[in-house]
Amino acid sequence: MFESLSTRVQDVFKSLRGEVRLTPEHVETALREIRLALLEADVNFKVVKAFIDRVRDRSLDQEVLKSLSPGQQVIKIVRDELLALFGDAEGGLQKSAPTPRVVLLLGLQGSGKTTTAGKLGKWLTRQGKHPLMVSTDVRRPAAIEQLSVLGTQAEIPVFAPETMDPVARARGAVAEAKAKGFDTVIVDSAGRLHIDDELMGELQAIKDAVQPSDLLYVADAMTGQDAIKSAGEFNRRIGVTGVVLTKLDGDARGGAALSVVSVVGVPIAFIGSGERLEDLELFHPDRIVSRMLGMGDVLSLIEKAEQAIDKDEAEELEEKLRKNEFTLDDFRTQLRTIKRMGPLESVLGMIPGLGNLKELAQNKPDEKQLGRVEAIISSMTAAERRNDKIINGSRRKRIASGSGTTVEEVNRLLKQFTEMRRMLQMIGQGGMPGLGKGMKLPQMQRASGAASGKKRKKGGPWGLIKAR
Amino acid sequence: MGFLDRLREGLSRTKQEIVSRFDEIVERADAETGRSKPIDVDTVEALEELLISADVGVAATERIVGAVRARAHRGESLRDLVKAELLAIFRAVDTPSQNGHVPQVTLIVGVNGTGKTTTVGKLANLLKASGKKPLVCAADTFRAAAVEQLAIWADRADVDIVRAKDGSDPAAVVFDAIQSGRARGRDPILVDTAGRLHNRANLMSELDKIRRVAGRAAAGAPHEVLLVLDATVGQNGLTQAREFTSVAGVTGIVLTKLDGTAKGGIAVAIAHDLKLPIRYVGVGEGIDDLIPFSADDYVDALFQQKW
Repeated sequence: MFESLSTRVQDVFKSLRGEVRLTPEHVETALREIRLALLEADVNFKVVKAFIDRVRDRSLDQEVLKSLSPGQQVIKIVRDELLALFGDAEGGLQKSAPTPRVVLLLGLQGSGKTTTAGKLGKWLTRQGKHPLMVSTDVRRPAAIEQLSVLGTQAEIPVFAPETMDPVARARGAVAEAKAKGFDTVIVDSAGRLHIDDELMGELQAIKDAVQPSDLLYVADAMTGQDAIKSAGEFNRRIGVTGVVLTKLDGDARGGAALSVVSVVGVPIAFIGSGERLEDLELFHPDRIVSRMLGMGDVLSLIEKAEQAIDKDEAEELEEKLRKNEFTLDDFRTQLRTIKRMGPLESVLGMIPGLGNLKELAQNKPDEKQLGRVEAIISSMTAAERRNDKIINGSRRKRIASGSGTTVEEVNRLLKQFTEMRRMLQMIGQGGMPGLGKGMKLPQMQRASGAASGKKRKKGGPWGLIKAR
Repeated sequence: MGFLDRLREGLSRTKQEIVSRFDEIVERADAETGRSKPIDVDTVEALEELLISADVGVAATERIVGAVRARAHRGESLRDLVKAELLAIFRAVDTPSQNGHVPQVTLIVGVNGTGKTTTVGKLANLLKASGKKPLVCAADTFRAAAVEQLAIWADRADVDIVRAKDGSDPAAVVFDAIQSGRARGRDPILVDTAGRLHNRANLMSELDKIRRVAGRAAAGAPHEVLLVLDATVGQNGLTQAREFTSVAGVTGIVLTKLDGTAKGGIAVAIAHDLKLPIRYVGVGEGIDDLIPFSADDYVDALFQQKW
């Protein structure tokens, strides 16, 4: 239903094909699409605003405007900025804590605190820990029983005293853990609204009584614009050390995660990704970023291209294109670059527009074919590679036998090369080629051109909005 | 006590009230100087901000703003125009719920954690207060202690409950409940189903099965299928509504947790795109905190910016 962000931005730039130079106005059009996509992913509109300003600053960089694939450059900037926002902080619990470590789960009703308690217990057990769980939810009918059942399923002891005083229950669990040697206490709390003074006071009292080292705010991945208010208020009044994002196995874009992280300024500790007790994982920023943008593979491609392509080489190539000096030597270098990026099939699959698997199956790229092309070019003399016009009939025969191919194949290659050079020349002069029969190679060319841009400036995590 | 009073009561817990930028601008535009002028960029932006921050969504927001823009020069109050536009969307889908079936079978469906069980409890109470003899059916055999939770609600509302035997199939429980309800003269029958994410094919087909089995136990059942939506839900709410409608034939929405700061504005998009009415709203944790939806009051509440 949602058009992915990368497609949207690509479309914007595609529609500009034929324009000699990209202008800030074009970038503005792309930014509008990005803004819409982020809003549809439920990123808070204030966060979106600040974010777009940031991306605008970087996108108006001359390097981006002049590059062969400004669309992909802009997407890469968006993705870099998103990752920077999530930060390098690892997920999981606080690195150090007194024994027993106390983990308090808090959040709105229905966000998944009790389920998370069971999953977290299971996760801790896998880490070799010995957790004890306790419910302080004396409000929701059968909440205490729910945690008991989960404890039985996960084989984790649950502390269940007689008292119905939430603070006393939590305190009792910590005492029990000390006495019996449990190293972690998971305190489940009742869901409450951030504007409910009475219940927020109760939460504060629980916190004061058990001094948790980890205060995990449990948030539903499907949350909309309100996420910023509730998370911010829980953090302001009680304090939050990490976020658990639940129900990520749904198809929500999870933009709320971005809002929460930018408002609360704490990392996402865990994500809940299924109905089983095992379905709790450490958080990986890159996954949620790709999910929000709906663009996983394009990014891998850019990364790969970045690794495979030498910056100076790329610049040299651009220069040659401009001067119409593209030779068979350069062609061979390009082929080798593409080969360095990995299996051709997967590389092609990552290219926007070629990602359609059905098309690929019909027109399967032949890895061997690439090798033969390379062999043909390698069988030419240096002079022939520099100037393909001198390759006459007898030279073709020699090249064919030298490379173990036929004269027909050599002819075909030379014809393709001439055609390709003509198209590349158009790119070099700022225009975009029409994508006809020979689209494959120019497409690759564009993909590799994507990485010729400047390396990302190191941008530290930046605060968007500190309070509400 | 009316919808708005309750909502106000729920909201009164917050001490902070910040008049939104929108209110300021609306007042300015409504003042005599601004009246007959076309809407300026600031106003449109503020309007978009209001709707988007209420989770109405980009598409619906653009539509509403577009409609208001087109009429703005006639010198009407901007606030009234926006309200009228929203009301028109709700009015267009305000069809009466199906009645006349005995027993009437209502399925309560939705994703995890939206408040289905609580809604069944409150709805049983509301219907009982109106003189009916509801029966609740605990068909959530998946979530730990979900049946116990509903049993406590049934006790509070003083209504009968048919519970699942351990490990039994939810569709079988629904069948039993309908048979039992008929034998005991109970009507309507409210079925609490397990929370399920709409993209989980196996769980959704379980819902389809419940629906088919209910139809076998009583002609035309389920007569009503209520999708419970958490007011904090974002744009995914529309996808939820679409998927649940295609599998379970949703006939209406229950918007829960409206006593928080979230507005559940996605219901506007749902009403427009899927022609689904909001039937009830949940405004608190008490058993009386479920009330029939009123479009006028809801639209008013959308404009009462808290926070």
